Amino acid sequence: MAQPLVKKDDDRDEEADYSPFLGIEKGAVLQEARVFNDPQLDPRRCSQVITKLLYLLNQGESFTKVEATEVFFSVTKLFQSKDIGLRRMVYVMIKELSPSADEVIIVTSSLMKDMTSKTDMYRANAIRVLCRITDGTLLTQIERYLKQAIVDKNPVVASAALVSGIHLLQTNPEIVKRWSNEVQEAVQSRAALVQFHALALLHQIRQKDRLAVNKLVSSLTRGSARSPLAQCLLIRYTSQVIRESANNTQTGDRPFYDFLEGCLRHKAEMVIFEAARAITELNGVTSRELTPAITVLQLFLSSSKPVLRFAAVRTLNKVAMTHPTAVTNCNIDMESLISDQNRSIATLAITTLLKTGNESSVDRLMKQITNFMSDIADEFKIVVVEAIRSLCLKFPLKHRSLMNFLSNILREEGGFEYKKAIVDSIVILIRDIPEAKETGLLHLCEFIEDCEFTYLSTQILHFLGIEGPKTSDPSKYIRYIYNRVHLENATVRAGAVSTLAKFGAMVDGLKPRIFVLLRRCLFDTDDEVRDRATLYLNTLGGDGAVVETGADVKEFLFGSLDIPLVNLENSLKNYEASEKPFDINSVPKEVKTQPLTEKKAPGKKPTGLGAPPPGPPTTVDAYEKLLSSIPQFAKFGKLFKSSAPVELTEAETEYAVSVVKHIFDGHVVFQYNCTNTVPEQLLENVTVIVDASEAEEFAEVASKPLRSLPYDSPGQTFVAFEKPDGVPAVGKFSNMLRFIVKEVDPSTGEAEEDGVEDEYQLEDLEVVAADYILKVGVSNFRNAWESMGADFERVDEYGLGPRDSLAEAVNAVIDLLGMQPCEGTEAVPPNSRSHTCLLSGVYIGNVKVLVRLQFGLDGPKEVAMKLAVRSEDEIVSDAIHEIVASG
Amino acid sequence: MELCPLIKNILLLDSEGKRIAVKYYSDDWPTNSAKEAFEKAVFAKTQKTNARTEAEITMFDNYIVVYKFVQDLHFFVTGGENENEIILATVLQGFFDAVGLLLRGNEDKKEALENLDLILLCLDEIVDGGVILETDANVIAGKVDSHSMDAGAPLSEQTITQALATAREHLARSLLQ
Repeated sequence: MAQPLVKKDDDRDEEADYSPFLGIEKGAVLQEARVFNDPQLDPRRCSQVITKLLYLLNQGESFTKVEATEVFFSVTKLFQSKDIGLRRMVYVMIKELSPSADEVIIVTSSLMKDMTSKTDMYRANAIRVLCRITDGTLLTQIERYLKQAIVDKNPVVASAALVSGIHLLQTNPEIVKRWSNEVQEAVQSRAALVQFHALALLHQIRQKDRLAVNKLVSSLTRGSARSPLAQCLLIRYTSQVIRESANNTQTGDRPFYDFLEGCLRHKAEMVIFEAARAITELNGVTSRELTPAITVLQLFLSSSKPVLRFAAVRTLNKVAMTHPTAVTNCNIDMESLISDQNRSIATLAITTLLKTGNESSVDRLMKQITNFMSDIADEFKIVVVEAIRSLCLKFPLKHRSLMNFLSNILREEGGFEYKKAIVDSIVILIRDIPEAKETGLLHLCEFIEDCEFTYLSTQILHFLGIEGPKTSDPSKYIRYIYNRVHLENATVRAGAVSTLAKFGAMVDGLKPRIFVLLRRCLFDTDDEVRDRATLYLNTLGGDGAVVETGADVKEFLFGSLDIPLVNLENSLKNYEASEKPFDINSVPKEVKTQPLTEKKAPGKKPTGLGAPPPGPPTTVDAYEKLLSSIPQFAKFGKLFKSSAPVELTEAETEYAVSVVKHIFDGHVVFQYNCTNTVPEQLLENVTVIVDASEAEEFAEVASKPLRSLPYDSPGQTFVAFEKPDGVPAVGKFSNMLRFIVKEVDPSTGEAEEDGVEDEYQLEDLEVVAADYILKVGVSNFRNAWESMGADFERVDEYGLGPRDSLAEAVNAVIDLLGMQPCEGTEAVPPNSRSHTCLLSGVYIGNVKVLVRLQFGLDGPKEVAMKLAVRSEDEIVSDAIHEIVASG
Repeated sequence: MELCPLIKNILLLDSEGKRIAVKYYSDDWPTNSAKEAFEKAVFAKTQKTNARTEAEITMFDNYIVVYKFVQDLHFFVTGGENENEIILATVLQGFFDAVGLLLRGNEDKKEALENLDLILLCLDEIVDGGVILETDANVIAGKVDSHSMDAGAPLSEQTITQALATAREHLARSLLQ
């Protein structure tokens, strides 16, 4: 207890006025806590000390383990006192201390006594405390009381039990699920909040059972919930039911819509708003359905309460994205909100107006916004900038005034995020509106003349390098770029050098001038800048002769780096300087953080500019080191891929085993990760007996047993198979864990001498086609597709049979192929009738594969798919089709 | 999908943004410094606004914060970005009014610190682990107040308050039914 007293001088200085906690010190308060141990308890004084302890915790002070334990034990003494106020503080204190399992036992009996007390407050609070600190084992003991409490006459007690149930459902679902009947009864409670809590719990218990939720909603929507909160919950559940049943009712009225509309006339504002919001978020909502919701939201817009105005304008803002015309009616109210005191509301109003505005109102709005911009915070400005960007894309004819606005605000003061949003917007406008290109580029050039953000400067320089040479007069940008070489830091200078080189590569007329400028950069103080200048002078042939730039040079300058930078960084960190040069081909290309492996390939392209083969990120190294350290597997060559671990045992069994499949060209290694969860056992000589009778092409060649597997310290055993070289052989393997088990004395931890041989059946394991494909993304699918060419393109159509939804079909095919979805095409918009999904990957043998999947709904639920494959090898293209055909 | 309305935190700060009592119900701010950073940001953002007659609202870092000030006390309630703003405001109003009742109209920092036990109990009665327990200020204050009175409390004045609170509670209940 005698901790050195921590001086809190700052407290003393700043709190000139009186505070009861002036100069409070943890050490002193802990000393004071000794009063809890007095035989004659003074409740008032004890309450004060607890308040002080809570104050300290609240201020962010933390107790050491010893201190917390000591306080906890002395606090438990206070259960002797009959003072209700003190008991109340004791409850709060115990919750704050969050005692450990062995400490919980100390208070359990006191709390259980309180749980059955006649005083309602004791019962309610004891339940909340006990459920907060308890673990599963204790729960079964008190379950009976909790069930009673749920249907207790006192609403506070019932609510306490129900809310505790909501929390416990996360950790002990199987126990809480047994309370359904009581919870069901509580839903009928006359007490408003009990009904709310019961409804929340009942829904969470049943949420997996769609039919039950449906029944719950339809029975409750007929009446009316007793509290606005319960009514809000009901609205949320109803819209969930509507969402899930949307497919069945393409025709006719939406189920439960009448209930939602009825809630718009509820007397509580929170219910009205919840219903209005629910209606606006319905899938494929019609304007007839929207109208009543918009009307109530419009009323909220002129409310005197900022919260209502904010809620309404935020919702209308979202509606404006999909149904701009539905919101136009509110434009007048919206315009008056531009001058709202609350700037969040004003910003939302502006951006909504920008979305709903028509072409003729753009100029007027821009004027209003210009005045408004100066007095809002950066983050709101970003919202406005984004709204203006989409407005410009909507009305390309207005690009002049909008681009002007953007360039004006670009010149004004602002933080990085804000400037970045503006630059991004200009870049997007340049890309999408050809007429805006030249002015936009000039605006950007002017911006980098006086830009304090290195990141933005380099981004803009990069962009200039791509777009600038394609303009009518590329030479006018050179001055801006070369100025950077004089005036900026090394990073920007290096960027500028690259940009100059790009101009040189693309515009032959500029070559001589570019060479002069690049040669000047050879004297730069920074290594990187000089290196780049030298490299570019050599690749572009800067020895004076103006030659046409070769395709491979262009590819080098403009091609994208298709390796994730994180992976490159890791590989470079791991690279140890040696005779062998760093090989970019050895850098993993895998995007996902799946545990996948790749051995360093012998360098085929020493320049490191070609397409590097794939591999995995972070855990790669771990697997690679592990496998190469095992002599039996060292000769298998380059590791192609390692799968994610697959569980071979149920959760919570005696032995937990998962398997990782390591694929080599001619071999497959199964790595079994084993954990022994029995404290009284030591396993020795652990092996997995694999039966490969259903995997004809595989033959077992080696295995590595695990010498010893003590309790709770995972170990690995391996089995290796030979398979035909480069062939994606598939098969099913059944596994049996075999080991010698020895009893361990839990008190000493020593194992007995003699062991018994035993076996343990594991689940089957399959090697599938997807194991032979690496997930490797491409940054620009269209470019990759075009450049791959149609030489080995294979196209065919497949019927996928009845599916739950298009999304399900898309996911099934992605999983089957094990390829990387590109450009977010794995996401299927709700209610769409067709979808295109783009996949990319690398097939065993290091062959790049691109896949274009076109899905369509054929009939009510039948899904048809057109599969187009391009790859560098026709055998591979055919193999992909085979995978799909046989899947 | 979590459909139950959830409260991320409730804050009571003073006029310099320092803690009087705070309660976090979410793991979004795992450390004390993360919590302090959040409080600092919230305070800086709301300091200049006038939230004395009506509760105000703002949104940042994907949180919705509703707030109301009285004297040198600043009340905040935070929820996720998809939370119903009006539910958050109802919780705020419940907390704000309950503290007003518990401090008997003397809402200032000094009074709040002197009755910190009541304020902590008040927080405990409003939200449990993010789930809203009660939003009616009279009921909340009634529950908090009645406890501090029992055996040890001698003053007759308090018994009257307690009686009043209980009466209010009963009235509120009967109105709700």
